[in-house]
Amino acid sequence: MVGSNVFRARFFSLYLPLTVYIVFLLFPFYWMLIVSFKPTNDLFEMKFNPFWIQQFTLENYLYLFQNTDFLSWLKNTLIVSVVSTTLSLICSVFIGYALARLRFPGSNFLGVGIFMAYLVPPTLLFLPLAQVISTLGLNNTYWSLILTYPTQLIPFASWLLMGYFRTIPKEIEESAMADGCSRIQILYRMVLPLSVPGLLSAGIFCFTLCWNEFLYALIFMSSGPMKTIPVGTVSDLIKADTLFWGALMASAVLGSFPIAFIYSFFVKYYISGLTAGAVKG
Amino acid sequence: MSNPESISSMASKPSSKPFSMRDFFDRERNLGIILMLPGAILLIAFMAYPFFLGIWLSLTDSTIGRLGQYIGLRNFIDLLTDTIFHQTAQNTFIYALVTVPFKAILGLGLALVLNRHMRFSSPIRAGVMMPWIVPTALSSLGWFMIFDPVFSPISWLFKNLGLISKNINFLGDPGLAIASVCWANIWRGVPFFGITILAGLQSVPQELHEAAAIDGATVWHRFRHVTIPSIKGVVLIASLLSIIWTFADFQLIYILTKGGPANMTHIFGTYTYQIGLSATEIGMGAAISLYMFPVLAFFAILLLFYLRKEQ
Repeated sequence: MVGSNVFRARFFSLYLPLTVYIVFLLFPFYWMLIVSFKPTNDLFEMKFNPFWIQQFTLENYLYLFQNTDFLSWLKNTLIVSVVSTTLSLICSVFIGYALARLRFPGSNFLGVGIFMAYLVPPTLLFLPLAQVISTLGLNNTYWSLILTYPTQLIPFASWLLMGYFRTIPKEIEESAMADGCSRIQILYRMVLPLSVPGLLSAGIFCFTLCWNEFLYALIFMSSGPMKTIPVGTVSDLIKADTLFWGALMASAVLGSFPIAFIYSFFVKYYISGLTAGAVKG
Repeated sequence: MSNPESISSMASKPSSKPFSMRDFFDRERNLGIILMLPGAILLIAFMAYPFFLGIWLSLTDSTIGRLGQYIGLRNFIDLLTDTIFHQTAQNTFIYALVTVPFKAILGLGLALVLNRHMRFSSPIRAGVMMPWIVPTALSSLGWFMIFDPVFSPISWLFKNLGLISKNINFLGDPGLAIASVCWANIWRGVPFFGITILAGLQSVPQELHEAAAIDGATVWHRFRHVTIPSIKGVVLIASLLSIIWTFADFQLIYILTKGGPANMTHIFGTYTYQIGLSATEIGMGAAISLYMFPVLAFFAILLLFYLRKEQ
């Protein structure tokens, strides 16, 4: 009897709300997944229970691979994400170290400036930036995204890494310097190895943002095979009157999967990165 | 504590010695500036410069491919009498601010649930974060289907329960369309609030709760006087970030409604896109987006002040 009371208390205070949250937060993904495995005709069959798959099919995925540019979108998204993440990390390590450790004129002002840059949204910039990109002749080239994404990534990554670098005791660096190491040697031989968790958080964060980016990719990469996954899915699979629902959902599932996968592997780092900004300031 | 300045100045003081690269790089001010450069160049070229170019464009009647004449503040003044712009401003306000309390309360609930000891807590935590993690453009497509006028599962469910007789037109009716995009926006924001608040909850020392319990505080009192004060800071910061991000949102609305029906669901981002790119009036478009600036600056400065105070 005592056991059942405990269970009842736990049911109402934990299992029930948890179930409601899981259904609320994950239902759209469940829906995307089952639609991607249904033949399109089944969608219009109102007597079928839409919450379940009546006839399992892979035809939507086949359609995606054979009749759309999905594989080039995948390649583009990967190239752009990897290169801009690397570029942003290099810049951010430098900025983070300079702001955490070095005293130079204007460093306080630059610190605030970098933080403010974190809050400048792409919607404020995309029109003039489109002008800049087309003046430079970068439309439909990887460079258009590789050079612009870091502006959205460097501010947060620098801020995060600066926090990490500050937690490394100064004394280690000072004694290394007394032993004849130069600043640069200290940075890559001592500071970076000690900051691997911070680098992972920053790297995952940057990669996720690149993969998910939509507005710049929509405007700068408008030609079919140069699109990224989010843009290609939205613009090539939604045509005015014929909707390829199954293929659309298949593309959304495949495009979300790598991010979900990386994220669940590194969830600890991601959350520490995400909350570093909010909790540690 | 030894002064790092003295070490670097010692290393670089002897001016009689020939110039050495190493001494140059060991001077803090030289190295500091050099390390800032790569990032600073990117930020200046692709963030600061476009920002000022945008201000210039907004003062001209430029269209795409044709640099226009300087017309002063005419774009900004014209917008004040544009009814679609009024609707846009109102929508953005609802979309970014009215949704925040919902996100915060649902996020608090989520954090309290996740903070309990249970089996499978790490996959559950990873799972409920998905709305925040996966590309918004792609998850918005999921909502696009759920809100479809023909085979929405919500309509199907309500019809089979006998609650409604014909399908709900989630995105076709102006009022419902705003509510639907706000719903998807709240759905995406709840995990962010949840996980940030959870981090705040976990920073509360357990002893505080135990001490309060020994002193006879009820669950509600402990929640009110121990939990709430300790998470007030993170809730405020998460709210400010959320306001800034959603105020300047684009993709969710672009995918769900494209600002329709009849321009009733535009927010600043989508209206800028429509006027500046689709209608090619880049000067006017720049003016629309710049109307966001004072509001964003206000919330950004608020956030900065608060973070400074916390430190």
